[in-house]
Amino acid sequence: MSATQLMKRDGFGLLQYLICLRGIAWREALRFVHQRERFVSALVRPLVWLFIFAAGFRQILGVSIIPPYDTYVLYEVYVTPGLMAMIQLFNGMQSSLSMVYDREMGNMRMLLVSPFPRWYLLTSKLLASTVVSILQVYAYLFVAWLWGVEPPAWGYVSVLPALALSGMMLGSLGMLLSSAIRQLENFAGVMNFVIFPMFFASSALYPLWLVQQSSPVVYTICWLNPFTYAVELIRFALYNEVDWISLGVVTAMTVVFTVGAIIAYDPARGLIARRGGGGG
Amino acid sequence: MNVAADLAMRAASGVPAKADALSVHNVSHSYGSRQALRDVSLSVPSSRFTALLGLNGAGKTTLFSLITRLYDTRHGSIEVLGHPVSREPGHALRLLGVVFQARTLDLDISVMENLLYHAALHGIGSREARRRSHAALEEVGLADRARDAVRNLSGGQMRRVEIARALLHQPRVLVLDEPTVGLDVASRSAILRHVRKLVEERGVAVLWATHLLDEVVDGDAVVVLHRGKVLAAGDVSEVVASVGAEDMRGAFIALTGTVAEGPE
Repeated sequence: MSATQLMKRDGFGLLQYLICLRGIAWREALRFVHQRERFVSALVRPLVWLFIFAAGFRQILGVSIIPPYDTYVLYEVYVTPGLMAMIQLFNGMQSSLSMVYDREMGNMRMLLVSPFPRWYLLTSKLLASTVVSILQVYAYLFVAWLWGVEPPAWGYVSVLPALALSGMMLGSLGMLLSSAIRQLENFAGVMNFVIFPMFFASSALYPLWLVQQSSPVVYTICWLNPFTYAVELIRFALYNEVDWISLGVVTAMTVVFTVGAIIAYDPARGLIARRGGGGG
Repeated sequence: MNVAADLAMRAASGVPAKADALSVHNVSHSYGSRQALRDVSLSVPSSRFTALLGLNGAGKTTLFSLITRLYDTRHGSIEVLGHPVSREPGHALRLLGVVFQARTLDLDISVMENLLYHAALHGIGSREARRRSHAALEEVGLADRARDAVRNLSGGQMRRVEIARALLHQPRVLVLDEPTVGLDVASRSAILRHVRKLVEERGVAVLWATHLLDEVVDGDAVVVLHRGKVLAAGDVSEVVASVGAEDMRGAFIALTGTVAEGPE
């Protein structure tokens, strides 16, 4: 069914759709600012990695000349795209957490009883959380620049579409997980089984050739990890290049996760009705 | 006449049930093997206050989840002013205002921000949304709290904000699931009075779920739901007469074999 047909069916025009999207994005931003702890920790977390972890690691780890870098780079420079992706990973999981929280508290219901089609509501929420994650990434890039991590000037622009895509992928993964998480307490499990493995078993902290030398098994895991492709997409984009394989993988995974989340939240097919969740 | 029988008769004669703002036909729902609703039919006429009376666990919240399309209606159908919820959810949900039993306000942001968010979810632009929100808060006596964080409101005030919010998109049907639970007597009666006024002055159709018998008065329509089944439906006087009881309390006991809460 085409978009215009859908719009006719529920009697809303394009303007109403945009108002709805803006409202969802605006609330997402408000919540981010109001939850001060989340705001501060989102900014501090990557900086801790940059200032402390990277400072320690630069002595141990030599990074050879690998694309997209054309000279030897400091470890801070190498790890920056990984930390940018980490910000988005955490943000995606945070918004998944807030969806579970919203579901338990009941305000998720207000979103779901909106007359707009549910796929549109969920996609809007995804876009909103991606925008919030991108703002965090740029705040980090600014501090990293003060610290001497200076990618090419145009890189700041060319990385934007990459961030939009990787943000969508990690946000939709979070949304899909949120449909499967029954209670808030289970979120610690998400930390242990999703965030940490995805982050560590990827090219965020160390180049894959280095991993391959020490453990072929871990290398294979890293190679299968979609997060690796998000990191590489960002890394190349930051140096004005496109890594086509990463672009393909990240796009494909975004579609898979988003469709999965929409199905999971669909009242007819989803998991929520079947187990009597949704609160009350 | 029993509402279900009335509907069945209309269906048989081919006359659409147009006068009904909300109608539920033969709806069943189960969670796994536990059946929460069995063949439930009821209707909420326009400009009437209809009480859905049932004890906790009677299936009221499940019914609300189906009416608001949080769950899909698999058996039976639900229509809001003739729009089937499962086939035309957009149309149906636009005409419906909802107050859930669980609090659904965002505690971290202000009263006004909550209302504007809801308006956006109904495609109402910000200037119009602001105008309506101010008017709605004025109406529930909370105009001076617009900028306060919801967290700082009392339970009764939060409910009033939720009712104001449910009316922002000017729905024709308002459904409220146990809206007075956990409130003190003064807040309860203030909310009840406000909702009854909406019925009288604006012709809103109201479905008010409760387990408190004293919230139902003569002249209301009532549906008695017990263990997932509709035991009786109609005007209060009809239901009371049909079981030969003296009042609604007696009728409820006679129908369900249990005692509902509420002052003597």
